[in-house]
Amino acid sequence: MIQAPRHYKTQLAVIGSGLAGFATSIFALERGISTAQVGSTGAIAYTTGYLDLLGSHRHCLLDNPWSGLDALRDEEPNHPLSRIGNDDIRTAFVQFTKTLSEMGVGYTRPGESNLFALSPAGTTKPTLSVPSTMRSGVEAGKSSVNAMIIDFEGLKGFSARELVANFKASWPQLSAMRLGFPDMESGSQVYPEVMARALQVPVYRERLAERIKTVLGGAEAVGLPAILGIHEPDKVHAELERLVGVPLFEIPTMPPSVPGIRLREMFEQAFPARGLTLVPQQKVERLELSGGGATLYLKDNYGDVVIETQTTVLATGRFLSGGLKADRHGVRETLLDIPVSQPASRMEWYRKDYLDRRGHPINRSGIEVDARFRPLGNDQEPVNERLFAAGVLLAHQDWIRQRCGAGVAIASAYKAVEGVAAMLVNAA
Amino acid sequence: MNRVDANGIETFETEVLIVGGGVTGTGIMRDLALRGIHCLLIDRRDLNAGASGGNHGLLHSGGRYVYADADTAAECRQEGDILKRVAAECIDECGGLFVAVEGDDADYAGRFPECCERAGIESTTLTPAEAKGLEPSLSDKVFAAYVVPDATVDPFRITLENVNHAQQLTDSIFLPHTEVTGFEIKEGVITSTLCRNSHTGGARRILAQQIVNAAGAWAMDIARLAGCTDVHLLYSKGTLIVSNTRVAGGVINRLRPPGDGDILVPGGTISLLGTTSDNVDNLGDIRPTVEEVERNLIEGMAMVPCLRDTRFIRAFSGVRPLLMAAGAGADGRKASRGFVLFDHKDQGLVNFATVTGGKLTTFRLMAERTGDLVASRLGNDRPCRTATELLPSGDAVRWTEPGFAPRFWYRRQDPADMILCECEMVPQSAIDSIVASAPGAEKQMTLQAIGIRSRVGKGSCQGSFCSIRVASYLYDRGVYDSSKGLIHTRDFVRERFKGIRPVLWGEQMPQMELAEALHCSLFGLDYVNDDGPSEDSGSIQEPS
Repeated sequence: MIQAPRHYKTQLAVIGSGLAGFATSIFALERGISTAQVGSTGAIAYTTGYLDLLGSHRHCLLDNPWSGLDALRDEEPNHPLSRIGNDDIRTAFVQFTKTLSEMGVGYTRPGESNLFALSPAGTTKPTLSVPSTMRSGVEAGKSSVNAMIIDFEGLKGFSARELVANFKASWPQLSAMRLGFPDMESGSQVYPEVMARALQVPVYRERLAERIKTVLGGAEAVGLPAILGIHEPDKVHAELERLVGVPLFEIPTMPPSVPGIRLREMFEQAFPARGLTLVPQQKVERLELSGGGATLYLKDNYGDVVIETQTTVLATGRFLSGGLKADRHGVRETLLDIPVSQPASRMEWYRKDYLDRRGHPINRSGIEVDARFRPLGNDQEPVNERLFAAGVLLAHQDWIRQRCGAGVAIASAYKAVEGVAAMLVNAA
Repeated sequence: MNRVDANGIETFETEVLIVGGGVTGTGIMRDLALRGIHCLLIDRRDLNAGASGGNHGLLHSGGRYVYADADTAAECRQEGDILKRVAAECIDECGGLFVAVEGDDADYAGRFPECCERAGIESTTLTPAEAKGLEPSLSDKVFAAYVVPDATVDPFRITLENVNHAQQLTDSIFLPHTEVTGFEIKEGVITSTLCRNSHTGGARRILAQQIVNAAGAWAMDIARLAGCTDVHLLYSKGTLIVSNTRVAGGVINRLRPPGDGDILVPGGTISLLGTTSDNVDNLGDIRPTVEEVERNLIEGMAMVPCLRDTRFIRAFSGVRPLLMAAGAGADGRKASRGFVLFDHKDQGLVNFATVTGGKLTTFRLMAERTGDLVASRLGNDRPCRTATELLPSGDAVRWTEPGFAPRFWYRRQDPADMILCECEMVPQSAIDSIVASAPGAEKQMTLQAIGIRSRVGKGSCQGSFCSIRVASYLYDRGVYDSSKGLIHTRDFVRERFKGIRPVLWGEQMPQMELAEALHCSLFGLDYVNDDGPSEDSGSIQEPS
């Protein structure tokens, strides 16, 4: 049976299902704009769950991202975050984390300074907001309390002894313990996602809590790899904490990790309930721009999908998500072949030292936008007045080294939606 | 053997000190050990840190040299035959082709069979269609093709086996990270060799009856430290690129005077395309460049067009130590690939010898000649046995072979023996065995040292993920108990990047973005200093 293509009409189409895409949909729904979101969720499973605003500037890790942004505006006026005021960034961040919390993954409220969040290597990273399940780890590290990190037999790449060894100087009261996870003690490999799904079942929480209590000793807080449930992690966390009797905190594992999977599944479940047309995991095959908006063509398991939209936000990410592609001769934007600002030749893409704190020039390649976050063509004019862009696809930022990925995603999504809203009002 | 003197200097005694842990130095170590002689082998870095680890692993049929250097060609053929017999486990007899493509000199190509015959190298003429049948990836523009008995050899495996065997035979020792700083000489005799431990900075003194300089490209420097001015080397840097898959079944050589991108060599599950040749003035900071990669690729595509779309995962460079004969020009490609053994008698020394030049294929012969000289100087009249004695295989030295780790793992059927390197399927037990007993194993072994002794970091992720898993495992095992493991991880990914950098395009870009996010954004390796996580992280700084 040949099915007719499903046809949607919408005010806004969001292309991309990473943080920027989801942030765009959140802000658009908030404004009552009818929205369809498409595009694969490739990279979101790789996030640690930490939401960075600006963690590094001038080769230093930042305590205060807001004053860092002020300095950034002076030194890097083209940086996407330099083009957005602190008030807008703050509003966007607060609204985004509040919505995530309402949807079922609690986040700390963005404050005046960065939190130093724990990494599985026993280092810390400056970030603005962390999942509620990770909050007490930040506090425990800061005040260096008597705490215990627990790892599990068969869990690769997460070593409690490694955390303890690397935190030794700043956190001497930290100890390490290895446990078997209930019903997964055969010695063979265990996977965080499987453990997380198990912990949604009360009996597993009870059994794990018993094991933790027998080794707890005098520890006043317990750190675990991020395995506290996929859905309703805050409930799983609160329950386990109650059973163990001391604050518990999660530490991200190597990607793809549970906090990223959580966000992906939460978005996919919560958005349709909020009226979003979501066609996730599918790549847009073709996008035709016109004076009145755009038409998107894609396919999913049920056949062809055609979306007619009045405005579009491109949030397709960089190389990892497929928004940019590089061959030996240069970098291209994959959907519309929008000009990509980039170094003159491949010889200049990467510096000699991998870990050079200045970062690599290629990381700052991307598309140029105007003040309303509309991509620019070769003539420096918007490619289309109804096409906007958000996220790390934008040029002049280094989300990895500046620790600003979520900041760029959320704040530029906020501005792009502002532009979309203005366009829809004018057109009405 | 090893004692610490009153000044805190570690002192070692041996019959023969060998400087240089490449294939030649380790070959000499085994040669001498087979004659019952105790050796101490040192390297300023580690095994195969120079050209022995920076080549295409080709066991030359000799075909490449039949035009210009029939002696070297014949030497390659003979040595190739011997190694195929005594070190069969380290060798893949994949065969090779010499092909000329449209635009290449037809006369030059046509003379190939007669030149081979003169050097005693077997060659078979194929039609272009037959060649394409044998190697479907060949260009349609091939007009001449000849089969030769090329093969490949795993230079890491050979080196590790050499050391392992010498250890078994005479308790000979390998000391990595030991750099020669000077020699004490009395009346034409080197009485002691002064060294520095490049990890700890500590001084080491080695008392040996004979000293052999097998430092490859560094041989001229070592000879000069002993006051010898007779060794003249030309440094020729060569760059190769490594593909993610095996592009061809056998070796494919371009049949024209040597140039960039004229050889494609299989290496287990991958292929190597090389090789550039550029003279360099010094040996510091040798790394492959984007420009060298392009040169290899553009030439290589003429021979094997699918290289245009092949995924490359790494490039690397080595420096060929070429012997400068008096009056010879400075063209690295025309310089002799032969080797020379200097007895330094005319330099007034009686217990010092230098061997350099040569090729991977002829390392055994270099070791034999050197062994003969050194043994006779020690009054040892036992003959060389390396041409007939099979190279044994040790438990801790098999992990460099592509495909060995997965075979071992599947056979063992132990689900608790978890795979740490997922690209090359290296299990925990491999790491245990290497850390416990591989040649040159140390208490807090670096990830680079483990990489040299295994396939860790050799797969498509180039160590981005496995380095972290291996480090975590070593923390679990108590091998690391400080930020040493984090520093080793940092050093490992930084070193691997040297090779990744010039082949970053296409499918490598998403991988690099993920790796950099993991290493920098999450782990903060860009803020890890030599004494651990930098004070910048943890203690908090305002922008000033």
